[in-house]
Amino acid sequence: MLRFFPALAVAVLSLPILAGLAGTVVPAFGYLPALGGNTFSLAPFADLFSQPGLVRSCIIAFASGVLTAAISVGLVALFVAGWGQTRAFRFVEVSVSPLLAVPHAAAAFGLAFMIAPSGFLARLLSPWATGWTRPPDWLIVNDQLGLSLMAGLIVKEVPFLLLMTLAALPQVPVTASRRLAMTLGYGRVSGFLYTVWPSVYRQIRLAVFAVIAFATSVVDMAIILGPTTPASLPVRLVEWMNDPDLSARFMASAGAVLQLGVTLSALLFWLAIERIAGQMLRLCTLRGRRFRTDALARRAAFTAMALIAVIVFGGLGVLSLWSVSGLWQFPDVLPGSLSLRGWRQTIPRIGNPLWTTVTVGVAATLLSGILAIACLAREQQTGRSAGNQALFFIYLPLLVPQAGFVFGLKLLLLYAEGGATWSALVLVHLVFVLPYVFLSLSAPWRAFDRRYEAISAGLGKTAWTTFLAVRMPMLSRAILTALAVGFAVSVAQYLPTLLIGAGRLVTITTEAVALGAGGNRRVIGIYAFFQMVLPFLGFVLAALVPALLFRNRRAMKVA
Amino acid sequence: MKRLLAFVAALAASGVPAFAADPDVTDWATVLEEARGQIVYWNAWAGSEQINAYIGWVGKALYERHGVKLVHVKVDDTGNAVSAVVSERTAGRDTDGSIDLIWINGENFASMKRQGLLFEPGWATHLPNWRYVDAENKPTITTDFTIPTEGLESPWGMAKMVFFYDSARTEQGSLPDSADELLDWVKANPGRFSYPQPPDFIGSSFLKQVLLETTPDPAALLKPAEEADFDAVAGPLFDYLDEMHPYVWRGAKTFPKDYPSMSQLLADGELDITFAFNPGEASSAIANDLLPHTVRSFTFTGGTLSNTHFVAIPYNAASKAGALVLANFLISPEAQIRKQDPTVWGDPTVLSMDLLSDEDRTRFADLDLGIATLAPDQLGPVLAEPHPSWVAMIEQEWAKRYGVAN
Repeated sequence: MLRFFPALAVAVLSLPILAGLAGTVVPAFGYLPALGGNTFSLAPFADLFSQPGLVRSCIIAFASGVLTAAISVGLVALFVAGWGQTRAFRFVEVSVSPLLAVPHAAAAFGLAFMIAPSGFLARLLSPWATGWTRPPDWLIVNDQLGLSLMAGLIVKEVPFLLLMTLAALPQVPVTASRRLAMTLGYGRVSGFLYTVWPSVYRQIRLAVFAVIAFATSVVDMAIILGPTTPASLPVRLVEWMNDPDLSARFMASAGAVLQLGVTLSALLFWLAIERIAGQMLRLCTLRGRRFRTDALARRAAFTAMALIAVIVFGGLGVLSLWSVSGLWQFPDVLPGSLSLRGWRQTIPRIGNPLWTTVTVGVAATLLSGILAIACLAREQQTGRSAGNQALFFIYLPLLVPQAGFVFGLKLLLLYAEGGATWSALVLVHLVFVLPYVFLSLSAPWRAFDRRYEAISAGLGKTAWTTFLAVRMPMLSRAILTALAVGFAVSVAQYLPTLLIGAGRLVTITTEAVALGAGGNRRVIGIYAFFQMVLPFLGFVLAALVPALLFRNRRAMKVA
Repeated sequence: MKRLLAFVAALAASGVPAFAADPDVTDWATVLEEARGQIVYWNAWAGSEQINAYIGWVGKALYERHGVKLVHVKVDDTGNAVSAVVSERTAGRDTDGSIDLIWINGENFASMKRQGLLFEPGWATHLPNWRYVDAENKPTITTDFTIPTEGLESPWGMAKMVFFYDSARTEQGSLPDSADELLDWVKANPGRFSYPQPPDFIGSSFLKQVLLETTPDPAALLKPAEEADFDAVAGPLFDYLDEMHPYVWRGAKTFPKDYPSMSQLLADGELDITFAFNPGEASSAIANDLLPHTVRSFTFTGGTLSNTHFVAIPYNAASKAGALVLANFLISPEAQIRKQDPTVWGDPTVLSMDLLSDEDRTRFADLDLGIATLAPDQLGPVLAEPHPSWVAMIEQEWAKRYGVAN
C-alpha cells in the first residue's frame, strides 16, 4: 500500500504541470479546436510580438526575478553572517518570520499604504517636516521601473530565504568555523561568508531558484505595485486571457510560452551570477582579505531587516485601521472618526469567499499531509532517502511559472464538463501546497529519534501501533506546523484560483485583489485582515493543539 | 467501497442537467414556478463596494420572495463574461452555460447581439414590470450605443457623465465647462487631473466625451468606425491627449485603475477634478465616508455622455427562468427606489414617474438625492454614445500611443 505513495505524489506534482504545459504550448501554435483553432500556425506569436511595449514587459519581469533574488540573498547572507548567534538575531528572526505567513497580496497592500505619496509615512512627516498639505505628485507605487514591485517581492522573499537558511545552518559546523575564522583575524562577516556560506548556499539553492521563478511570473503583487504603462508580462498575460476576442487566447498562450522563456533566462542569468560571485568570494579568500571593520555592513543589514518588518507590519496595521476609519484625509496621521460601516457592509458578503478559502485550503492541506507522511513513511521503510530526483519533483511546481501551466490547465478544463469545480480547485492548490508541506515536514521527520520506535517494537507493538501511538504524537507539532504552512500557501494562491475558479469560486485573496483595484481602502483593509488572520489561525492551532495534548508531558514542552 | 461507488454514481447522475425548453416570458406564473430553487449566476462588474452591497441586498430579497438564489460572479471587465460565453459556444456547450445574467451595455452588447449569443428578442419588454419603464422619454433604453435593443436586454439604470470637485479646495468659478476648457484647466493645474487607464469603461468613456467634442465629423461617430476615416474623425482626440498628458497626474506614466480609485485620490487631495458615470456618485461617496462633504458636482453646458446600462441573458444560460425573475425584480419600483438612494448607491432610475403608483411616486420624490447631486434640470444636455465599434478602435490607438510611456 505504502509503496504506491511516492509515485502518487510524483504524479500529483508533475501530471498537472506537464498537462498544463502541453495545454499552453499547443494553443500557442494556433491549435485548439475547442476555440476554433484547427491548424498549427505561428500567428499567435506574430500577434504577440506586435503588442506595444512587449520588450519592456519582459524586461520588467526578468529584472524583478534577478534583482529581487540578488538583493534578498545578499541581505540574508549579510544578516546571518553579521548577526548569527546573537540576541539581536533572535529578535529579528522572531519578528520577520511571521511575514512568511502573510499572503503576497496583503503584504503588497501594506507596503503601498506606507510608501504612497498619500501613504502613512508621508502623513507622519506632513506638514511639519515636508511642508506638504497635499500629497506630492510623485510616482512611487506603480513606478515604471518596477521598483515598488521589487520592494514588495523583497519583503516577502527575505523571510522565506531566511527561514530556509536557518533550516540549513545546523548541517554546517557554524560555531567551529566562525571561531577558526576569527582566530585567524577575519571579520565576522567575511569569516562567515568564506567558511560557512558556500555550504549553506548549496542547500538553499533550489529555494533561490523558486524565488526567481516566482518573482518573474508574479501577478497579484504586480497588479497592486507594478508598472501599468506597460504592465509586466504576467499581468498582461492574464489580461489577454480575459479578452472578449477569442483570438487573444491564442496570443495569451504564446505569451505564456514567452513567460517560460523569460523565467528560464532569468534562471540561466542567475547561474552566471552564481559563478561570478563564487569567483569573487574565492579571490577574496585566496588573497586573505579579512574585512575586519565590517560594522557598517552589519548595521546596514540589521537596519534593512528591521525596516522590512516595520514597514510591512506597520502597513498591515495601517490597513486594519483603514478598515474601521471614517473619512481619513491627508495629512491626518489618524482618521478623524471611526466607523464600522465597512465591516457591516462587507461581513454579509464575505461568507462565500471565506468558505471557499477555508474548505479548499483544508482539503488541499490534509491531502498534502497524507501524501507527505506516506512518502516519508515509505522512505523510512525502504531506508532510502529520496534523492535529488525526488527533490526536483518537489520543487517542480515552484520552478515552473504558474502562468506557464495554469493557463493550459484552464484550457484543458474547457474540454472537461463543468470547469470551475471545487475539486479542480483543490487539485490545483494541492500542486502548490504539497511541496511546502513536504519540505517543512521532512527535516523533523528524518531527525526523529528511531530508538523510540525500537522500544515500541521491542514491547511487541505492530508497526501501525508504533506509528500511531509513538511517532505521530511525538511529531504532532512538526506535522501541524507543516499543515499550517500548507494552509497559508493555499490561502495566498492568486493566479491558480483566479483562472481555475473562473469567478465562480472566489477566495479571500482573489476578492482582495479584485477589490483592491477599486481603491476602497476600508474594504481592502477588511480583506487583507482576513488574509492575515486565516494563516495566523492555522499557526495558532498548530501551536495550541500540541500544547493542550501534552500539557502534562514535560519532555514535549517547547524548549 | 461498493456503497461509496454507488454514492459517487448518484452524485454524478444528479449533476446531469435536466433539459427543459426555454421559459415562456408571457406565462409569468410558470416562469416564477420554474425559477423557484434555481441558482442564478450573475456576472456583474464589482469594482464598487456600494454596488456590491446593493447586489447583495437584491440577492437576499430575491431568495426571500421567489426562492431564487443569486450568486454575484464578480468581474472587473464585462468583456470577460462575453468571452466566457463565446468559448462555451465554441466548445459546444449550448445548454447549461455557466452564466445566467450579464450586466452589460455598449460594445459588449453589440458583440453578443451580432454573434447571436443572447436569449430571444423581446423577453425584456414582456417582463411584468416593463410597464413602469420609461421607454418613451429615455431613448437610450431602446437604443444602446446606436444599436436597437429589441428586447434582448432589460434596462437597469441610467448613466450620465458628471464631474466632481472639492469646493473646499477649488473655486466653483474656475471650473471648466467643456473639454477644451478642461485642457486649459489641466495646464494651469498640473498633476491634478487624470482618467482611468483604458480599457476601463470610465476611462474609455472620457475618451469618447472628448472625441464627441473635438471631432470635425460627429455624424461619422453614429456609424461603424470601419466606414470612416479614423485619423480624420479621431485625430483631434489624440492631439488633445498629446497636449494634455504632460500635465496630468504622474505625468501620464500611470493612471488610476477605475473611478472609485479616482474618488479616493480626490479624497486624498491628489486630484482636483474627477468624474463618474453616475450623477449620484459623489453624494453616495459622501454618505459612505469616502469623500468629504464639501465635494460638489458639475457638468458641461454643451452636454456630457449619457447612456443606459442593462442586463442580458446568454443564449445557453442554465437558469433562464431565474434570470428573468431577477431582471424583473431589478426594474421593480422597490428595487429602483433603493438603487437611487445615495446612501445605498445613487444610480438614477429607468422608470417613468408618470407610470408609477402614487405611493411609489411619492417614495421616489421623498428620496434625498444628497447634497452633491445636481437636480435633473442642472445635468445639462445629453450626448449620445458613438457606435460601439469606435470604442475598440480608440482603445487600440490609445494603447499604441500611450500604453508604453517614457
